[in-house]
Amino acid sequence: MNQTASPSLFQFALYMADNCLVLGHRLGEWCGHGPVLEQDIAMTNISLDLIGQARLYYQYAAELEGKGRTEDDLAYLRSEREYTNALLVELPNGDFAHTIARQFLFDAWHLPFLKTMLSSPDAGLADIAGKAVKEVTYHLKWSREWVLRLGDGTDESHQRMQTALDEAWMYRLELLMPAPFEQRLIDAGVIAGPDEIRNDWEQTIADTLREATLTTPDDPAVQTGGKTGIHTEHLGHMLADLQYMQRAYPGLEW
Amino acid sequence: MNQQDLESRFQDKIDREVKIEAKDWMPDAYRKTLIRQISQHAHSEVVGMLPEGNWITRAPSLRRKAALLAKVQDEGGHGLYLYAAAETMGVSRDQLLDELHTGKAKYSSIFNYPALSWADMGAIGWLVDGAAIMNQVMLQRTSYGPYSRAMIRICKEESFHQRQGYEILLTLVRGSAEQKAMAQDSLNRWWWPSLMMFGPSDAESTHSAQSMAWKIKRKSNDVLRQAFVDATVPQAQYLGLTIPDPDLKWNEETGHWEFGPIDWDEFWNVVKGNGICNRQRLRDRVNAHEEGAWVRDAALAYAEKKQARKAVVTP
Repeated sequence: MNQTASPSLFQFALYMADNCLVLGHRLGEWCGHGPVLEQDIAMTNISLDLIGQARLYYQYAAELEGKGRTEDDLAYLRSEREYTNALLVELPNGDFAHTIARQFLFDAWHLPFLKTMLSSPDAGLADIAGKAVKEVTYHLKWSREWVLRLGDGTDESHQRMQTALDEAWMYRLELLMPAPFEQRLIDAGVIAGPDEIRNDWEQTIADTLREATLTTPDDPAVQTGGKTGIHTEHLGHMLADLQYMQRAYPGLEW
Repeated sequence: MNQQDLESRFQDKIDREVKIEAKDWMPDAYRKTLIRQISQHAHSEVVGMLPEGNWITRAPSLRRKAALLAKVQDEGGHGLYLYAAAETMGVSRDQLLDELHTGKAKYSSIFNYPALSWADMGAIGWLVDGAAIMNQVMLQRTSYGPYSRAMIRICKEESFHQRQGYEILLTLVRGSAEQKAMAQDSLNRWWWPSLMMFGPSDAESTHSAQSMAWKIKRKSNDVLRQAFVDATVPQAQYLGLTIPDPDLKWNEETGHWEFGPIDWDEFWNVVKGNGICNRQRLRDRVNAHEEGAWVRDAALAYAEKKQARKAVVTP
């Protein structure tokens, strides 16, 4: 570990990287199969943004660690138990409504969180936030608009959007529940705590669901575990795909 | 003006290199030929997203993953430009998609070959995009304005894709023995299908002569194919890969590379729908379209509701 960097900062950079890569990978699975060409392209755009952000975080994590690992080592050679993304982002694409529910709940957290990160005393994080915030502003605009279209579109789309929302709902709170590495950074004033995000996040969700004529789920269940490496069954399959080449042909340049 | 005058005025414009625009008079056969060709081209871009899409989730590094995603996305964008160009001739995208999904419209047969290894991402960029560029560079000067302008935009991106594909292979041949073997295997599988991309020999080509007269096409299939071979052989040599053609040899007199006979039976077999991926590619497109129907319906219904509400607020 780099002399001055804390292990928590390294873990946090990995956590953000994993969130972005896993969600970006999921969106990439749509490429060529979207419901209409324009939205195929839009999802690829968001996927590209997130993979770009993941690279910034992995590069930063590698630098903080100072052991000579690269962005690709961190993405391709860590096991499922070492991935610390929130469970929400690894959920399968499902139908388009499931993809939108997952994206919207994530974006509604991601944007206000990045805005707080802009003023982090850690220059590395503030710098990444500066690059990502514009992109994520667009992501939230896109996913919010689709929640509205599907929720307030046809009977079928309303039903599908409601189902997708109900199913994703129990995964949303993990984003606001600090893992020990986050808590240490919150205590040190490096990142914002959940209370600084919560109002904005709840407001965005409540306003959007109301306008979309959707019902706020009253499911009290909360699923967590991603941040400590206990994932859903889905992540292992994704990593089997994502890491296939690096695992099958170790140590080569591509 | 009678039909004959209209036609001679039209041909005169073509001969003087004046672009034909959407609102200009044009012979029905010209319109039909262009709708067929542009839509075929648009479908090829969209179906062409599938073989490379097969490797997005398995790209071997983050940089490669992002580059491949961006490339496949570009193809979707090209599909959009081309559908828009076809729409200027009075057909709708829905009609054209319907023809693709029912098997009436064709797309480039090359996409019915499977993408089996990471090296194929290199070979597709280098050979398939390389062959497409030969055609597309010519089409920048095609007689129909909207098509020509779409092609000018597309060519800029395609040459980037080709370099990217070549660079993937360059990395492989400088790597381990198994990486080099992967590159050679990929060239072995993609070489002949790439030569077939230019279509039948001039003598066999049904649409060519008229298309040349109308300057929709400006070079024949065989001329373009030869130009591709001449450009590509030295690139293969630089990679240290062997082109799978025992008859390939340099002709000092003509200044061209001579190549062996193309297996046209294979070509026609794949065109007729019997390639290994024809059914799979079409099924993937049909599924995406059918499974997306409720999404498109929702977007339309929402837009209509929004419009209606606006009308109530501001009478």
